Amino acid sequence: MKAVHVVQGTAVPLDRSDVDTDQIIPSDWLKRVERTGFEKGLFSEWRDGEDFVLNDEAYAGANILIGGPNFGTGSSREHAVWAIQQYGFDAVISPRFGPIFKNNSTKNGLVPVEVSAEVAETLMKAVQDDPSLEIMIDIKRRSLEAPAIGLEATFPLDDSVQERFLKGLDDIGITLTLDADISTFESSRPAWMPRGA
Amino acid sequence: MGRTLSQKVWDNHLVHSGDGEPDLLYIDLHLVHEVTSPQAFDGLRLTGRTVRRPELTIATEDHNVPTADIDKPIADEVSRAQVETLRKNTDEFGITNYPMGHPDQGIVHVIGPELGLTQPGMTVVCGDSHTSTHGAFGALAFGIGTSEVEHVLATQTLPQPAQETMAITINGELPEGSSAKDVVLAVLGAVGTGGGIGAIAEFRGPVIEALSMEGRMTVCNMSIEFGAKAGLIAPDQTTFDYLAGRRNAPTGADWDAAVAAWSELKTDPDAVFDREVIIDGKDIVPHVTWGTNPGQVIPLDANIPSPSDFSDPTEADAANRALEYMGFEAGTPMKNIAVDTVFIGSCTNSRIEDLRAAAEVAKGRKVANGMRTLVVPGSGRVKAQAESEGLHEIFIEAGFDWREPGCSMCLAMNPDKLSPGERSASTSNRNFEGRQGRGGRTHLVSPAVAAATAIAGHFATPGDLS
Ligand code: SF4
Repeated sequence: MKAVHVVQGTAVPLDRSDVDTDQIIPSDWLKRVERTGFEKGLFSEWRDGEDFVLNDEAYAGANILIGGPNFGTGSSREHAVWAIQQYGFDAVISPRFGPIFKNNSTKNGLVPVEVSAEVAETLMKAVQDDPSLEIMIDIKRRSLEAPAIGLEATFPLDDSVQERFLKGLDDIGITLTLDADISTFESSRPAWMPRGA
Repeated sequence: MGRTLSQKVWDNHLVHSGDGEPDLLYIDLHLVHEVTSPQAFDGLRLTGRTVRRPELTIATEDHNVPTADIDKPIADEVSRAQVETLRKNTDEFGITNYPMGHPDQGIVHVIGPELGLTQPGMTVVCGDSHTSTHGAFGALAFGIGTSEVEHVLATQTLPQPAQETMAITINGELPEGSSAKDVVLAVLGAVGTGGGIGAIAEFRGPVIEALSMEGRMTVCNMSIEFGAKAGLIAPDQTTFDYLAGRRNAPTGADWDAAVAAWSELKTDPDAVFDREVIIDGKDIVPHVTWGTNPGQVIPLDANIPSPSDFSDPTEADAANRALEYMGFEAGTPMKNIAVDTVFIGSCTNSRIEDLRAAAEVAKGRKVANGMRTLVVPGSGRVKAQAESEGLHEIFIEAGFDWREPGCSMCLAMNPDKLSPGERSASTSNRNFEGRQGRGGRTHLVSPAVAAATAIAGHFATPGDLS
């Protein structure tokens, strides 16, 4: 994973609640065995509709996605995170995330910015009014700012997740340093626990 | 202070904990399927890592597999390549795989329990959100993403931040004609799609205790639909009776030791939950979803709601969109809605008890004219059991299509799909837009309601049939 310190840019307002991962990347796309090439599948069913916000030229080049509450609920497919990133987004803002989606985001360096419903709504409206509104997300300060509208907010990020973002650390590498602890634990497991099939 | 069931299981799996770090938990069982694993195996190869405990890892082919003509190669090239990739990966890393057509193959969450691999007090993960199903045994079971699949393959552990605890108590008794599916749909109606986020749920109370293991799996299966990390039920005699004699269950003195350990797991009387929900069982009538998320659910004999019924503007807006997508007029009685397709299957409702419930309704009746119906058993073993009981004959005689096991029309990665605008009554767990095929309209129901709907041609309970 690449280190992420700051995400700065403009945002797309996706004003819907319960955007599930089936919408983010429809299941046809899950048949692929590669890890890249998912940008075309992002919201592919909605993108066929002309008035879908991602098709609006005013938001071209945006690198932040603002969604309604319960963003990324449903299926565990990490393809949803890959699709959002490969399309060009570095952060997603929502008042509440589906937990697996949120976790998957942090494993890939996509910043899940969880803010209050008011902040999300203010930002959604501001971006609808002015697509060029600059937004800055700072991992170190756990802050979200849109200076032009005087908006400043913070968002939660576990210490360990923050550190992984800032240093670009690989989870597996970290865990493997605890190999001895894992072996000790394994030696204490009851022998009757299932194995094989 | 006492501990809850999930806290005990959590504590029993602590490999490492440190301030400001997530806990590192040991994983007892890692289930794998073809869709969410290829990139994880690739990751191992790229980093020169290996699978730490291949014998604690079990794979099966379920999402892409066709449910007809399985003696022929999979026609869809991309699906076939994905299934072949799983075979290649499991061969290379020494993992048992149950391929299409194998008697033990099936939906990953159906085969784990039936092979006795899922046991109380275990940690179970899978790159699949409905891993919560296994919580029915008092296991801490949750879905993970592909990066985490790779992590578990490499280390047999997973770092996990602490979670809140949530008690969902269902008191009293269910009315005649209601099932486990109605219980969980009613819970969704009560707490909404975000009600469990950040928590591990425990289902308890007399209604839950009275459920069979199949019913408990149905309930736990849909915990993820209200956002809970996992959903557990305390193991009891029903659990032990289900497990006794299964292929991977302990035997002899080990069995006694296991039952003694499992009996310790239940929530202590003085444990305190962070959140509590209490529902009266007598209010749980048969339910159906009307919208495009599983929280948009009503009793079957209610009318389709109007956006103005919701005080929360976000919910009102979501209702508006859902009505449009579903092609609905607010205020229409649900039972007046005609259905094109009935799907009985998925990891929510494709176990033997589900098929028995549907067959009981189908027996001696005929499906409505023009209705497409699919009955897809959850596994090869469920199929064999159903056939030994003659259930397939009841279905076939009534005009249902009897299929081979797999995920099928639950998510339409195989040829079983809805066409745009088609409406289904489905025993699966997700009514998202396009979930069962692009433009398809899904309504979640219990197996008995699905079967009655197939016969009536519109939403109906068995009691509505003459
Ligand atoms: S049956 Fe449906 S929900 Fe269950 S594992 Fe298969 S696709 Fe997922």
